[in-house]
Amino acid sequence: MLKSYRAKGFFRKGLLTVLQYIIKRIFEMIPILFIVSILIFFFTHLIPGDPARLVAGKDATFEEVATIREELGLDKPIWEQYVTYMGNLFQGDLGTSLKTGLPIMDMFVDRFMPSIYLTLFSMVWALVIGLLIGTLSAVFKNKWPDYLGMVSAVSGISLPGFWLGLILIQIFSVQLGWFPTGGADGWKSYVLPSLTLGAGIMSMLARFTRSSLLETLKADFIRTGRAKGLKESIVIPKHALRNSLIPVVTIAGLQFGFLLGGSVVVETVFSFPGMGRLLIDSISFRDYPVIQAELLLFSIEFIMVNLVVDILYSYLNPKIRYTA
Amino acid sequence: MEKLLQVEKLETQFTKDKQKIKILHGVNFHIHQGEVLGLVGESGSGKSITSLSIMKLFKGTSGEINSGRILFNGDEDLINKSETEMRKIRGKQIAMIFQEPMTSLNPVMKIGEQLLEPIRLHLGLEEKKAKEHAVSILKKVGIPRAEEIMNEFPHQLSGGMRQRIMIAMAISCNPQLLIADEPSTALDVTIQAQILDLMKQLQQKEKMSVLLITHDLGVVAEMCERVVVMYAGRVVEEADVFDLFESPKHPYTKGLIASVPKLGQKKEKLDSIKGNVPNPSELPKGCKFAPRCNDVMPICYEQEPPELNLENARSCSCWLYKEERGGIRV
Ligand SMILES: Nc1ncnc2c1ncn2[C@@H]1O[C@H](COP(=O)(O)OP(=O)(O)OP(=O)(O)O)[C@@H](O)[C@H]1O
Ligand SMILES: [Mg+2]
Repeated sequence: MLKSYRAKGFFRKGLLTVLQYIIKRIFEMIPILFIVSILIFFFTHLIPGDPARLVAGKDATFEEVATIREELGLDKPIWEQYVTYMGNLFQGDLGTSLKTGLPIMDMFVDRFMPSIYLTLFSMVWALVIGLLIGTLSAVFKNKWPDYLGMVSAVSGISLPGFWLGLILIQIFSVQLGWFPTGGADGWKSYVLPSLTLGAGIMSMLARFTRSSLLETLKADFIRTGRAKGLKESIVIPKHALRNSLIPVVTIAGLQFGFLLGGSVVVETVFSFPGMGRLLIDSISFRDYPVIQAELLLFSIEFIMVNLVVDILYSYLNPKIRYTA
Repeated sequence: MEKLLQVEKLETQFTKDKQKIKILHGVNFHIHQGEVLGLVGESGSGKSITSLSIMKLFKGTSGEINSGRILFNGDEDLINKSETEMRKIRGKQIAMIFQEPMTSLNPVMKIGEQLLEPIRLHLGLEEKKAKEHAVSILKKVGIPRAEEIMNEFPHQLSGGMRQRIMIAMAISCNPQLLIADEPSTALDVTIQAQILDLMKQLQQKEKMSVLLITHDLGVVAEMCERVVVMYAGRVVEEADVFDLFESPKHPYTKGLIASVPKLGQKKEKLDSIKGNVPNPSELPKGCKFAPRCNDVMPICYEQEPPELNLENARSCSCWLYKEERGGIRV
């Protein structure tokens, strides 16, 4: 039986409830991931091109290619390949790369964290600046801070990532020499890629915060706050902003999920040794196992982000009910 | 009796698409110390704008006071007060309750947090004292398990409870004037009666003055000592509650009273006077009520009637009474 009850704000409800909720959500992930894995597996195999031929090389004979295909198990029916793949996966074996012959796990180890850091840095600055611009724009609606904020937001959204990246490299790496043009050594090499990656999100968050805050400022409880004699510097952050953040958090979470996969362009422009570039390389080589493993990982990350968003959401909005 | 609040020739306007629309056209009335004054009139007659003008709560809207005086406590003209000075008055000397208890409380803040805000701000009590004060106020407005409710969120309470919280918040700093804008309209009938009872009882105990804004003449009869009737941004009649119901002067007031459902009669809407309240940007010439009036005369379409002082300290703006005793005030 499903029993629903009210959550009195997340952290007040006790750790047990929080854990129960998270565990329940993780169990819910299993069927989703199962379906996702099937989709990923079959769609990857729809990519045109023959990996066996790529592995064998241009000059390989037909027989050589056939042998390799057999070795790789690519001659088996696709269902059987899937079952084998999933079986290995459950034993913690992501498979080996067709291109390098290395275990995929080893290839991920060096690239996973740089990509995560890149995403996190981008998200953090985008959130801070986006919320700030959005708030100022709403508070000074139709005055110069609003115009300035919205102009920067529109430019942030309309500049293509690769272009912004190239401009930043040109100015700050080539001419000023402040930051390296690429790589992932030390914090300096994260600055320009994070700026590039976060620009679009920042703009989106700024615009969302602005419209959400403008809506909240019309609410009756804002008038109540002012009628109590509260200052604007209390009414806006304490009463208005917290209510406005509810939709903003949803958007931020979605964008964060997209960022995890969306760093492909930026990683390429900045020759950043992350998951995005690995994906591009694998796709051009038809490195099926690597593509699959990456997509699966992105999906898990995306679902995890969603879970975090839901938890945050219920913290911000005491009306949310959990079912347990 | 001492006058606590005197509103004189109050004019308030809004700006829409660069056009100024006057909403209040010289509103005059006063409230005595410890009195409950009813402010009635159909929807759109400017009751809420009058109350917001007194508090100068126009932030985020295009509203502004054009001219007039709002004398509070004798000689303090609120119109000349700065925003900083007004903030010391809001919630402390003049408090407000609104119509919608569902939306007037912040949905993401605990009741306690919201209740403590004015207490901390205006009474300067330290944490523990402030909390005790808050709980005692909650008990005063008849909230059971007050300590627990402090930790709950608005959505966990019923509409009636929420309105009690709003009342608690409003009286928490012992205001001299409580403005209640349709405090019971959004509630169902039994709860309505409870809330009104509570307000009456608190008003008598605390010797507060109350400006009670309502559509409902039944509420007026129950609660108020004096009544101000508004129409199209003007006061059209002002009288003691008995006089008003006994012998309404203005045809508009007569219409309002006639449309109150009598016992055993089916409840109708208040606005059973023919026609509608005019749009503030398209007001007719002369008396604004003339097009809907049963006793209309030629002069009514030409000239706006002056405010006439009649016997028993009542006044009425209508050409019908031009010849009566008293004479012209304006
Ligand atoms: N923010 C605003 N901008 C422009 N016009 C407004 C605004 N608020 C109110 N008005 C106008 O002012 C007039 C008076 O409104 P008000 O809210 O005072 O009426 P009311 O007597 O309180 O009515 P109700 O009984 O429906 O609450 C209405 O015509 C309304 O359209
Ligand atoms: Mg109103």
